[in-house]
Amino acid sequence: MSDNQNPLGFTSNEMMTIAASRALGNDDVCFVGIGAPSAACNVARLTHAPDITLIYESGTIGTAPDVLPLSIGDGELCETAVTTVAVPEMFRYWLQGGRISIGFLGAAQLDKFGNINTTVIGDYFHPKTRLPGGGGAPEIATSSKEIYITMAQTKRGMVEKIDFFTSFGHGEGGDHRRRLGIDTAGPTLLITDLAIWKPDPVSKEFTVVSLHPGVTRQQVQESCGWVVKFAEALDETPAPSELELKTLRDLQARTKAAHEGTGKGKAA
Amino acid sequence: MVKFLPLKQAVAENLKNGDTVAFEGFTHLIPTAAAHEAIRQGFRDLTLIRMTPDLIYDQMIGMGMAKKIVFSYVGNPGVGLLRRARDAIENGFPRSIEVEEHSHAGMANAYEAGAAGLPCAVFRGYRGAGLAAVNPNIKSVTCPFTGEVLAAVPSIRPDVTFIHAQKADKKGNVLVEGIIGIQKEAVLAARRAVVTVEEVVDNFDDLHPNLTVLPRWTIAAISVVPGGSHPSYAHGYYARDNAAYLEWDEIAADREKFQKWMQANVIERAADDFAGRVEHLRKAG
Repeated sequence: MSDNQNPLGFTSNEMMTIAASRALGNDDVCFVGIGAPSAACNVARLTHAPDITLIYESGTIGTAPDVLPLSIGDGELCETAVTTVAVPEMFRYWLQGGRISIGFLGAAQLDKFGNINTTVIGDYFHPKTRLPGGGGAPEIATSSKEIYITMAQTKRGMVEKIDFFTSFGHGEGGDHRRRLGIDTAGPTLLITDLAIWKPDPVSKEFTVVSLHPGVTRQQVQESCGWVVKFAEALDETPAPSELELKTLRDLQARTKAAHEGTGKGKAA
Repeated sequence: MVKFLPLKQAVAENLKNGDTVAFEGFTHLIPTAAAHEAIRQGFRDLTLIRMTPDLIYDQMIGMGMAKKIVFSYVGNPGVGLLRRARDAIENGFPRSIEVEEHSHAGMANAYEAGAAGLPCAVFRGYRGAGLAAVNPNIKSVTCPFTGEVLAAVPSIRPDVTFIHAQKADKKGNVLVEGIIGIQKEAVLAARRAVVTVEEVVDNFDDLHPNLTVLPRWTIAAISVVPGGSHPSYAHGYYARDNAAYLEWDEIAADREKFQKWMQANVIERAADDFAGRVEHLRKAG
């Protein structure tokens, strides 16, 4: 589906961000990935979950930015945080220590078991494309109590087999996490621009449980590289409310204005 | 004991060809001025360590100064890929480089172990992750008390670490504020540390007692370089130049464009040029 506004008055990307924001609660302590997760987490904070704790890997705990950060270490995050800790403390005490309820990740490549690749396209030692790599994701994926993933659907992005296991989801499915000694739940939710997916309780394969308004099963299948399974009782995702849409659009407008404000610099 | 030196001299006295060096700064306080001085002095065969290599390592790799990089996220933060680093990894241009890749948790733990004088770091990590299969420096140990299998990585012990910080006092103690990243660990893990600062103040008498202060005897040299972390930012001094990060994506995409830009903006310039680059990024009033 294109990003054009549909007859219902919102874009598929707006639907994705808003559906993702709804999955977060006021009591959540959320480790926020940059990009799509960051927008969703802040919409949640600005609508139904004002007390949610948002944590970025730069060490900012309980941050409440007025505009979306361009990077995970923007000054805005520190200025609005409850506290800012050093990076080793972030990963040792707060993530490894089991304080994070939701790790919210994006993905360049995703498979049906929620395994993510953001490292290389092609062979690791002779890559076709060298991507940035995992950053905090390998441990976010195993130390957070649960993982939510959000990404726009494409056949290139949602593939049968990922090129590299940057972060471990459910591996080959079933009890693979347990067999590796990982005692957290792993990916429990996938929100795309077309649908909401949850893992099958036994096989752990992502299954579509809700289609966004106006989206067909065929559209979901055509933009996904594996054979899609649909739940027997398929829901329709409620359309964005006026408040949700306004909150997201205002946030994006503030962000655009703020980032353009530094426009005359040189990269020297 | 710490010396206040012009940046040119501080770099010349502390960095050598073949050194293992960390220029740290986790999206904040990136020591760009120090990196540019190292580029002007033309060091070779460096092992470059940094959690988030970003623009300065893209520049150093593009200038052929690195034989190896150790990192956990080789991206242009908020923008995308690092195109000079990619060219080196994918095509061996301008030279092939060795890659040692970790996760942030792995690097952070390894720096901390370096600061603690330990040979390795132990943590719960890399479970199911592909990096463990491609990086021989990721191993495991079994907890002697519980039997839990944990990840182990060698500690990071740079020959020299460069960081940028807000201020020094006249004695040479250094204050780091805001997103402090891995600055303190990277300094304490290194044999020598060089710090560029925004300014020097008389004393730190009025500071809150729990702030991050590096005592002067942990630092080899301090250079005063206002604006020295541009295009990243210095909390309390100037904002991040997001436009410069976006612009870099275009500059680094092309080998010739990159060389021209480096010549005009790094080789033919000096540390004093940084102050002017952040003028428009300082808060009004």
